[in-house]
Amino acid sequence: MDRDQTEVLIAAVAQAAADAQAISIVGSGSKSFLLPDVSAGAAGSGGRLLNVAEHLGIIEYRPDELVITARAGTSLKDIRQTLQREDQLLPFEPPAFRDQGTLGGALAAGLSGSSRPWKGSLRDAVLGVRLINGLGELLRFGGSVVKNVAGYDVSRLQAGAFGTLGVLLDISFRVIPAPRMQQTQVLAMSAADALVQMRAWARQSLPISGLCHLDNRLWVRLQGAESAVRSAVAKLGGESSSDADFWSRIDNHQHPFFQSEGTLLRQRVAPAQPLPENWDGLIEWAGAQRWQFQKESASEPTSDWLPFDHRFARAQCQRPGGNMLLGDYQQRLRRAFDPQQLFNPELGHADSAA
Amino acid sequence: MALAKLQKQLTSLLPRRCLITDPAALKPYECDGLTAVREIPGLVVLPESETQIKQILAACLEQQVAVVPRGAGTGLSGGARPIADGVVIGLSRLNKILEIDLDNMAARVQPGVRNLAITEAVAEHGLYYAPDPSSQIACSIGGNVAENAGGVHCLKYGLTVHNILGVKLQTIEGDELLLGGPGGDPEGYDLLALTCGSEGMLGVVTEIWVKLLPQPPVKQVLLMAFEQVSRAAESVSAIIASGLIPAGLEMMDELAIEAAEAFVHAGYPLGAKAILLCELDGVAEEVAADAELVKRIAQAHEAISLVSAEAPADQARLWAGRKAAFPAVGRLSPDYYCMDGTIPRHQLATVLEQINQLSDHYGLRVANVFHAGDGNLHPLILYDANVPGELEKAELMGGRILEICVEAGGTVTGEHGVGIEKLDQMCAQFADPELEQFFRVKAVFDPPGLLNPGKGVPTLARCAEVGGMHVHGGRAPFAGLERF
Repeated sequence: MDRDQTEVLIAAVAQAAADAQAISIVGSGSKSFLLPDVSAGAAGSGGRLLNVAEHLGIIEYRPDELVITARAGTSLKDIRQTLQREDQLLPFEPPAFRDQGTLGGALAAGLSGSSRPWKGSLRDAVLGVRLINGLGELLRFGGSVVKNVAGYDVSRLQAGAFGTLGVLLDISFRVIPAPRMQQTQVLAMSAADALVQMRAWARQSLPISGLCHLDNRLWVRLQGAESAVRSAVAKLGGESSSDADFWSRIDNHQHPFFQSEGTLLRQRVAPAQPLPENWDGLIEWAGAQRWQFQKESASEPTSDWLPFDHRFARAQCQRPGGNMLLGDYQQRLRRAFDPQQLFNPELGHADSAA
Repeated sequence: MALAKLQKQLTSLLPRRCLITDPAALKPYECDGLTAVREIPGLVVLPESETQIKQILAACLEQQVAVVPRGAGTGLSGGARPIADGVVIGLSRLNKILEIDLDNMAARVQPGVRNLAITEAVAEHGLYYAPDPSSQIACSIGGNVAENAGGVHCLKYGLTVHNILGVKLQTIEGDELLLGGPGGDPEGYDLLALTCGSEGMLGVVTEIWVKLLPQPPVKQVLLMAFEQVSRAAESVSAIIASGLIPAGLEMMDELAIEAAEAFVHAGYPLGAKAILLCELDGVAEEVAADAELVKRIAQAHEAISLVSAEAPADQARLWAGRKAAFPAVGRLSPDYYCMDGTIPRHQLATVLEQINQLSDHYGLRVANVFHAGDGNLHPLILYDANVPGELEKAELMGGRILEICVEAGGTVTGEHGVGIEKLDQMCAQFADPELEQFFRVKAVFDPPGLLNPGKGVPTLARCAEVGGMHVHGGRAPFAGLERF
């Protein structure tokens, strides 16, 4: 599929800007559970929905450049399959949520998967974007080369901005070669011991690309040349797992852990930070990302725990880590891209930030 | 007048040793690594603490005096070029490593810490800081953040933006922003990424959290020589396409090889049109497998010689020629002008040929030494500033090379930054609405526009004057026409 809706989308934003009418940007809707209901935003106040899912197609992909450029509505599934044919992949393993997610949605949400500490985050892999700002202007930042320091890095700024800085049109991402071999080992271990073990391994050169602890088991993914993986397996020990989909189920929240009752909370911390008492959550990223469910009886979680539900995107765009000052700068930045604050009003406004 | 008031104010705030006002003592600050452009600053302040930096910024805001932050002054694009009626804040005295956190593989450092000093401080723990710009013995980490510095190993390990975890940023209006930190990816808009490479135009960075990596247990360096530049360029693409990512992949052309060989006797094959230096690192088994693959690719591309260095001393010798390439070329000519464009790798052979044609056209020799793996070119244009008109010719030719990079789908600066040097070429890469967007971003952090004014982003008026040759998104007007 190859469909260029650039002109249509520019016209829509320009019209909305002229009418001072809000716009809620939607893609495939795969991450709608992370967003406030759009009826609370533009659509609810007589505004419009702007669907970017129809703006799709891979614009350029040259395996020897390690770069793929595609329209925002292109499905992550298509991207993944295209890269797979050339033995390549997106380094940050974005969740695709039931395989419905789009490339633009991935950038807007800024979520990275299990490989994040070793292969970099989604924002690390962003090379360039084309977007429409709130003035209806078509802007291009970055490009399709790995090294580029011309101008402020507006492309990476789009990661996790949930579309509040502009309608994403095309995105260039760095890609990497697929590992020649992959193997998952499972070691029986308490969470506290696993945290110590993960930190110890992080200080060694090992072909590790995933470390996840859940239910007294430490899952270790090894990737690389066959000989390197085999020697690491011998060194680390544990049982070999035949569950090849484990990592993708974790990344996409399809693992049974994510089906528990209560509010799912996410925390990103210094990886060696000790666990809270009575820990029964999931540890990823060698300790740096943690998940748990808030039980009804439990006391309020500390402020670095963020609900991973409809409150998530709003919190991201309003008050990072509850920091008022930083939140203020974020709102000023939002107005710098979208002076009338047309985009995604359901994600809050400067004046309503509370 | 404002400057005199500021000086009086700062004299009462700071110890005498923190202020430089004597014209002779101001002289060393007249330029950074871009020595062709100089201006004596009105005043240089060398704060010794974060508190003093805040006081200085507050005083500058009060007196409405422009501020140019400066690290070690090794930048190559004039990012730290002073302003006659402004202040230079030199950060060299904030040179302490404040904290090494082995559990979290991170270090908290002040901006004046030298790049290499970080690795030296953590080497005993088997760790290092990855980005290694060639000036790493001298350049400061604060300057690295300002320019988003790269180096020979960014193909595998990334730029500064990929290797810092957080910064503490002081704005001109007195706000202290903690962006990121050892606690992982920042929440909200990624202001840390925005700060990286912002050339001191958004704020003054007073602390930096850097990421530390385990030293790779094994390294191997391969030297490959070719009879044709195009075969070397094709090998670069083939290596990348083969599914391995070398730690470094560098290319030098004939003139650069000869210059380096005459200078440091690295053992480079004279007579070759191009050489590739390929460094592989990681666990022993992986490096061995990768080296075999690279050798096969080189042979398939008719490499005329292939040397493999496994002992550290041999590797150092092979790298010595590359690392000394700039000064080596400097021996060939009274002056040289270093470019920094980046292009897609598959365009290497074509762009190098175009640079050759430009070299013939302008009658100036060009030596090419560059990070081939990431397509980051460093053509060195040789000229003699004492010959009337040669500097202008070199600048014209340099500008044309950068435009070719943009036309090829690349960028005017890969790792040296825009500074004042590439302002005109920015007009070729960005259209007016994009430049205006940059200015609005700047105004979020620096509403009065006092931080490093006139750098990084050209004014629309300047671009209108440059005019004529506007290339955008790789689409040049009349793309079919030859231009020299």
